[in-house]
Amino acid sequence: MDSVEPQIAEWRAHVAGAPAVDGRDLDELEDHLRDQIAELRAAGLAADEAFLVAVKRMGDVDALSREFAREHSGRLWKQLMLGDASEPARREVGWVDAVAFALAAAVAVQVARVAAGFPDEEPTWLFRNAGLLVLPFLAAYFARRRQLDPRRWLLAAAPFAVAALVVNLYPYREGSATEALVALHLPVALWFAVAYPYMGGALRSHERRMDFVRFTGEWFIYYVLIALGGGVLMALTALILDPAGVDVDRVAVWVLPSGAAAAVVVAAWLVESKQRVVENMAPVLTMLFTPLFAVMLVCAAVVYVATGLGGAFDRELLGVFDALLLVVLALVLYGISARDPSTSPGWMDGIQFVAVASALVLDVMVLGAMVARIGDLGFTPNRAAALGLNLVLLVNLAGAAWLSARFLARRSTLHRLERWQTTYLPVFAVWAAAVAVALPPLFGFD
Amino acid sequence: MRIDKDLIAASATPLVLAILAEGESYGYAILKRVRELSGGELEWTDGMLYPLLHRLLRLGYVTTEWRSSPEGRRRKYYAITDEGRAALAEQQRQWLTVTRALNGVWPGSVGLLPALGDARG
Repeated sequence: MDSVEPQIAEWRAHVAGAPAVDGRDLDELEDHLRDQIAELRAAGLAADEAFLVAVKRMGDVDALSREFAREHSGRLWKQLMLGDASEPARREVGWVDAVAFALAAAVAVQVARVAAGFPDEEPTWLFRNAGLLVLPFLAAYFARRRQLDPRRWLLAAAPFAVAALVVNLYPYREGSATEALVALHLPVALWFAVAYPYMGGALRSHERRMDFVRFTGEWFIYYVLIALGGGVLMALTALILDPAGVDVDRVAVWVLPSGAAAAVVVAAWLVESKQRVVENMAPVLTMLFTPLFAVMLVCAAVVYVATGLGGAFDRELLGVFDALLLVVLALVLYGISARDPSTSPGWMDGIQFVAVASALVLDVMVLGAMVARIGDLGFTPNRAAALGLNLVLLVNLAGAAWLSARFLARRSTLHRLERWQTTYLPVFAVWAAAVAVALPPLFGFD
Repeated sequence: MRIDKDLIAASATPLVLAILAEGESYGYAILKRVRELSGGELEWTDGMLYPLLHRLLRLGYVTTEWRSSPEGRRRKYYAITDEGRAALAEQQRQWLTVTRALNGVWPGSVGLLPALGDARG
């Protein structure tokens, strides 16, 4: 068979060009090809004939690549549109769209800012509407990019319309806690509303949900990078203009809010089209921080259990713990989304389990402290929101811990764990929406 | 006879699971078995088997292991799991229902149902 070795190598290199086919798949396919060639030769074909027939039977590389992409959307996810011929043209449009929607978001924020007289005045309606000033443009960008039909456009717009009405018609009291909670939870709820156009309306698809998780993580990375770059730009501008006697603050007031709003859309566009640039970033960051967080969580759990400080959480500490648990959840979720589902459990999965289990212990303690506090002092909007968030987290972490223990014991598959998380995503969305919509009336807009 | 693409796609999962239920195997041997079982009538594009196997792996229906082949190459072997057997049983029920319905309306057709019944036994 030596005579066809170069051809086999060439074929392999050609197939390797398909983005969703990895090295081990290549080994498997090559093994198949060689078996086929051997059998054809045994039947009397010449080596090069056998090679041609075997390659033909293997199938068209483009079709094969698409089929692999369908199964391994995680690997492929750098080019979300399963590569078809119209891709280059659409990318051009995507660029124009992104700039248009980013500009629109920047202008919307600016109009609201001028109307509110910010920063001389700080009316609270500006803050509680912040998400509504930016995220509809992101949703519209995706609705256009995914070419939604008119019915789906309406469905995508509905949550934003409802949110705009609810947030602005509620009669909040001056400086009320519910209004602050709405300002905090509405952007989260609206982010989930962006998921609808992002997934092209396929809300039930667990694969698309996982794609949205990946998108969220990558978007965050891009946003932070853009913010860092923007910060450097602003600082240098300030240094350069200061000697010339220009009041930098007056420039910043225009540039900062608009830049922050436009970056939301620009970051999304970058994730969509430039995925390859940081494709290795997410797994690396997860690999780096999951063990560190695991160590930190174990220490925290041990310290709090041993010293009995568990009962004495005050409000600030509760907030910190909630943030910590959310970060852990994000790490775990992102770790799963970046993981190759076909490999068997490894040390990273062990570490992830440790992180989840310690987070679970901490969450139970936080909950205990919270229930005690509520028992003593009664419900307030803040306590109700914190209690709900911790319950939502508790159920998620308990499920994740249970499934990842079973996965480590090889009694379950990663698929189950992934499913648990993607099934759970709507719970977060519903919770955030409930705090924004149902909590204020429940507490009399206090 | 050319079998419809959709029909081939629909029958691929139960066929592969049933072949693996006979014993562990690897890609090329599975394809050979498919040809043998169908008398060469079911023509799959060879490469398409692998994404299917990977999907079964992700769903936990099969497990996999790299070992050396008799020729000394690295080869990926697949074996069915209990969950895979359960899925296969479910598929068999569905196919039986479909073929029973078809047999009911196809005058004079006898071949399909007994053959599937045998496969189950």
